[in-house]
Amino acid sequence: MAMSPRKRAQVSRGIQYAVLGVVVVAIALAADWGTLQQTFLNGEILPELFPDLFTVALKNTIYYTAGAFVFGLVLGLVLALMRLSSVGPYRWIATTFIEFFRGVPALIVFIGFYYGLPVAFPGRALPGGTFGTVTVALGLVGAAYMAETIRAGIQAVPKGQVEAARSLGMSSTRAMVTIVIPQAFRIILPPLTNELILLTKDSSLVYLIGLSFSDYELTKFGREGLNQYTNLTPLFAAALCYLLITVPLSVVVRRMEARADRAR
Amino acid sequence: MSQITVDENAPAIDVQQLHKYFGDNQVLTGIDFHVDRGTVVCVIGPSGSGKSTLLRCINRLEEPTSGKVFVEGVEVTDPDIDLDALRARIGMVFQQFNLFPHLSVLDNLTVAQTKVKKRKKDEAVEVARRNLEKVGLAEREDSYPAHLSGGQQQRIAIARALSMDPDLMLFDEPTSALDPELVGDVLGVMKDLASEGMTMMVVTHEMGFAREVGHKLVFMDGGVIVEEGDPRTVLGDPQEERTQSFLSKVL
Repeated sequence: MAMSPRKRAQVSRGIQYAVLGVVVVAIALAADWGTLQQTFLNGEILPELFPDLFTVALKNTIYYTAGAFVFGLVLGLVLALMRLSSVGPYRWIATTFIEFFRGVPALIVFIGFYYGLPVAFPGRALPGGTFGTVTVALGLVGAAYMAETIRAGIQAVPKGQVEAARSLGMSSTRAMVTIVIPQAFRIILPPLTNELILLTKDSSLVYLIGLSFSDYELTKFGREGLNQYTNLTPLFAAALCYLLITVPLSVVVRRMEARADRAR
Repeated sequence: MSQITVDENAPAIDVQQLHKYFGDNQVLTGIDFHVDRGTVVCVIGPSGSGKSTLLRCINRLEEPTSGKVFVEGVEVTDPDIDLDALRARIGMVFQQFNLFPHLSVLDNLTVAQTKVKKRKKDEAVEVARRNLEKVGLAEREDSYPAHLSGGQQQRIAIARALSMDPDLMLFDEPTSALDPELVGDVLGVMKDLASEGMTMMVVTHEMGFAREVGHKLVFMDGGVIVEEGDPRTVLGDPQEERTQSFLSKVL
């Protein structure tokens, strides 16, 4: 049987689609849709989650993540510059910090922070209550990861850029701030987005530290709902809310990348 | 930025007994070299001869191992010198252009003016536009470097250096990375500069430019200056064997 390569590719593609279709239909027929909906998207429970799902849980998740990301980014930039410093002790401090907070699970950092700080500094607390604690604890972990990303970005900027800046009379600090860092951030925009999305999900670790209702973020909110209703609907709703954050984020960053590409 | 006192009578560039090592590898061996004000000095030689290193030692992008470098009577190799202030007066043009890709052409030309020379934005823009006009790219001020040809990028890079009102210009193989048909435009701009009396040190492979525009030609090989003098004489009647053999290969 003589078949052109093009024809053969078409047939092969057709078979793949057919198999995929059969699998989807089989799953769809086998599933118990009624119970599924009762369990995951229960029409009676869902309305009761509002408005708290948005006004408390989603809002807090965004706050915690934003706080940790900003704190982590600033600290990460400082750590990255320390790692690239010609001053030995700066490099050692930064390396130790990064290795520690990258290597230890965020969960343990959270617990250490929540229970360790009051012991270490009796009578003192981080400002900002839960928000402050989450910002710092999550931010430290984020900073360790971001520092390595930022360092790689800075090193990816061609050496000639610094030489050109220095030859125009810029100091090394000025060249770093005006010429190198802006270019580095363009390079690392995709991995940095990744970091932001990871932080969004890691903010769920807040459930570990005792919270009042007004401090609930999405996962805690979902788990409490699970206990209250003995139904998965609250947790599923929380999951959808995470996508409400991360999907638009991806879209915005893809646009920013496209714009940066045009200028590059 | 501290003021630098210029000696009006000193040569633009004066290099004395310059040695440069990269690790164990000696790249420059006791170079004595000078460039008089208002002259164009071209440096030629095979790759690895140390000519780019010599040029980069003059604004200390490369750190000399020993020896002294003076620019307009100011010792560049003095460890206490305000290097940034000095570099602001020495224009430099690179083989790979090194425009800032995240900035528009106009911002490429104004960034150092405002941040280093502390010029007002308006004044910086005015100076930038005048220099863009000079290199024939006035209409490209809103473009980004990636959208320009190599020849255009190099002319922008020259305009960027000129916008600092330098006393002298260093060119490090400015046309070596260009497609052949784009070389002429860049050399044209450099000729115009030379005819305006700009002091220029040019590391190049463009023998035509060296012959036509240069006041002095220096041939380097193996980290030493082998022969120097009037370009027509050196190119037309080289005295040293190494010069003869190099020229016979490139001419």
